[in-house]
Amino acid sequence: MWILLVLPFIGLLWVPLFNHERPSLFGFPFFYWYQFLWVPATSLLIWIVFRNGRKNRDE
Amino acid sequence: MSDAINVTALSVFVFFFILVTVMGFYASRWQRPAAKEANLDEWGLGGRSFGTWITWFLVGGDFYTAYTVIAVPALVYAVGAYGFFALPYTILVYPIVFVIMPRLWHAANEAGHVTAADVVYGRYGSRALELAVAATAVVATMPYIALQLVGMEVVIRALGLTGEVPLAAAFVILALYTYSAGLRAPALIAFVKDLMIYIVVLVAVVLVPIKLGGYPAVFAAANDAFAAKGGATGLLLKPQQMLPFATLALGSALAAFMYPHTLTGIFAAKSADTIRRNAVFLPAYTVLLGLIALLGYMAHASKLSVKSNNDIVPALFNALFPPWFAGFAFAAIAIGALVPAAVMSIGAANLFTRNFWKAYVKPDATPAAEAKVAKIVSLIVKVGALACILALPTQFALDLQLLGGVWILQTFPAVVFGLFFGWFRAPALLVGWAVGLVGGSTIAFMDGVKPVHTLVIGNGHYTVYTGLLALLLNIMVATIAQLVLRTPRPRPAAGRSVLQ
Repeated sequence: MWILLVLPFIGLLWVPLFNHERPSLFGFPFFYWYQFLWVPATSLLIWIVFRNGRKNRDE
Repeated sequence: MSDAINVTALSVFVFFFILVTVMGFYASRWQRPAAKEANLDEWGLGGRSFGTWITWFLVGGDFYTAYTVIAVPALVYAVGAYGFFALPYTILVYPIVFVIMPRLWHAANEAGHVTAADVVYGRYGSRALELAVAATAVVATMPYIALQLVGMEVVIRALGLTGEVPLAAAFVILALYTYSAGLRAPALIAFVKDLMIYIVVLVAVVLVPIKLGGYPAVFAAANDAFAAKGGATGLLLKPQQMLPFATLALGSALAAFMYPHTLTGIFAAKSADTIRRNAVFLPAYTVLLGLIALLGYMAHASKLSVKSNNDIVPALFNALFPPWFAGFAFAAIAIGALVPAAVMSIGAANLFTRNFWKAYVKPDATPAAEAKVAKIVSLIVKVGALACILALPTQFALDLQLLGGVWILQTFPAVVFGLFFGWFRAPALLVGWAVGLVGGSTIAFMDGVKPVHTLVIGNGHYTVYTGLLALLLNIMVATIAQLVLRTPRPRPAAGRSVLQ
């Protein structure tokens, strides 16, 4: 489970992955909306790990 | 930038400033348990009683500072994509907070520690390492407070006010209610500040592009401006900017919660789960920061010309908003300076009181005496920051703040490693800290106080964040020192081993 928290680091620190203009979305170049997308994605991943941890602590 | 005083904008600004001043003084009675002795837990940590919501507003309010609102768009305006490292930085900080901070909270809560240096002393029993961590934190925080004043100065100037009196007056008021209410004052004011900033930014990111022809037009205008300007600017990163972009984001994320103002928010939380929940929900502020960063491109689209890049945001608001809303936006930024400045001065005061005054001057201090000393120190810290801003050039504070980031990162091994494994001992960590600090500062000075350093390895040039470079040096030296010194584990306290 904890491995999920590594994903944002890969997704955001491996810059050649997203240093592009296309595809653009609502006028935002890929570079921008891709990084914005990682905000809710990171929240979700932390939440999954949090939920999982609580379940284990309750048992 | 208009030089005339705009009465409407100024009136709205003053109204909100008075509102938060009243709240600041009222805060001393907010959520306070009746008939409790004065102590540092109450004044400096709000009684360790803050639940998920209060912590969200407080940490959001003091991590995303007024200076951020001014400086991030200014950087994006100047260089483009490179300035956006603030976004991955403020995303990656939350997995780090989620993993580390609940453990730190447990360590602090069980033993009644108030500062990170307390936790370090509690674990390693080393006064030297405690002092190293505490002194680094205080020194790194001072220019940070000064920068909040710079943020405030910028909006006060945009209102058409001149001279240093308004700034000094605002800061004196801040100092007084922080003195009387402690951490409860910024916690209460943070509600107002954050709601105001959210309103301003949401209005700005919807209305401003409509006025300027939509986001495609905004990006296109910025692209044209960078094409005309040339150099390492643009809507995308140049190949040589990728590594500095990534290392600045990672290094800043590691450093962010080593500062006393962010840690104070952590220690004041009611439970470890409060912190975990906040790691899930605090990224909402990061969306806001990303949108604020885009103001830099909107400034290109609206063809503003400013004397200093820091004037971009106020100039944009003055040009595109009606005066009453500009006044509201400036009040949001100014109040946005008060919250972090208050928490920073409280964090610094806690450090001084616990890790210097109690450690060396008066080891038998009562809790009430501790609180009294911390309150006075918080005043001195703020007056010191004000004097710095009024007496020294702003660039000096900017340079110091940059070095402060490199320095605070060097406390990471001492504060964090012990929470996860016990292999390192105090002498090794102390040597690592010293080498990281001196090495990082030397590199930064040789580069002309720049945040990044270019390493030449073979034929390749690698430009990385100096703070991260110094941290690697720090950890390597600490590891070697640990292997060489092989200091024995401290024996468990005699009484305990007999009882067990």
